[in-house]
Amino acid sequence: MTAFTATVTVRLKRGVLDPEAETTQRSLERLGFDLNDLRSADVFELDLDADSADDAAERAEEMAERLLANPTIHDYDIEVTEAE
Amino acid sequence: MARVTIAVIQFGGSNCDRDAVQALGSLGFDAELVWHEDGLPADVDGVVLPGGFSYGDYLRAGAMAARSPIMAEVREAASEGTPVLGICNGAQIGCESSLTPGAFTTNESARFQCEHVYLRVENADTPWTSQYEEGDVVELPIAHGEGRYEISDDRLDELEAEDRILFRYCDEDGTVSPEANPNGSKHSVAGVTGDAEHVAVMMPHPERATLSDLGRTDGRGVLTGFAD
Repeated sequence: MTAFTATVTVRLKRGVLDPEAETTQRSLERLGFDLNDLRSADVFELDLDADSADDAAERAEEMAERLLANPTIHDYDIEVTEAE
Repeated sequence: MARVTIAVIQFGGSNCDRDAVQALGSLGFDAELVWHEDGLPADVDGVVLPGGFSYGDYLRAGAMAARSPIMAEVREAASEGTPVLGICNGAQIGCESSLTPGAFTTNESARFQCEHVYLRVENADTPWTSQYEEGDVVELPIAHGEGRYEISDDRLDELEAEDRILFRYCDEDGTVSPEANPNGSKHSVAGVTGDAEHVAVMMPHPERATLSDLGRTDGRGVLTGFAD
């Protein structure tokens, strides 16, 4: 078994309104920053032992499907690295 | 009316559970609080998923409660015909647990909103709305930060074609418009039914508009649905 970190990033699907991101963007603009758009995302870092990176990714995907993301409004992606 | 026993499920952070018991009791139902860890009693005739902030709304409102073991029992009871009504946080739990389609997420205003709203009855042919006529306007309170109904356009088309929208936000005259939509819900949807009409969720609070001592009683008709 090898120690991996699976990073699951959960984002709202394109087209789904994100009022918190809009408020954050307005706040940045009030501070004088110039930007075209702002998207927010939740990042989950999962430390787990697995036989391979694929195995770790598969388990992280199941966790995303079952709890971390809501398929009605979210997309997600998974990145697996060997833990340091 | 024969005694109808309704389980009002308490999760950590539920806070409208007692209101629901009181409101149901005033209508002649035998309502009982059921702690989620105790499991669903075998002899219940109905289930209420009450409002509140289960698990602090961590991750997403309703996400944690939806995965608690009692919800598997609620889904099974629902599939066998037991009426289930999710109110506010209970509506979020209902959608998170796939009892009902779609999702309730952050209000368009990004604020918590506590106010009275008007709702137009869209389908009066369900247990929850049979006390009203289609097009009736009822006034109920809302109190939520994550009440904006989201669903894909295709899926919403299907729900509308199947007449599964219970209520839409409207103005006092029953006109549905962006101005009368308090939270940015898609097509102003305030409540929907599950695959079968005896399962329903809604963000407004019928149990807070049931006791005449507290003012209007427009919500009675919804809770009366448990008698059907």
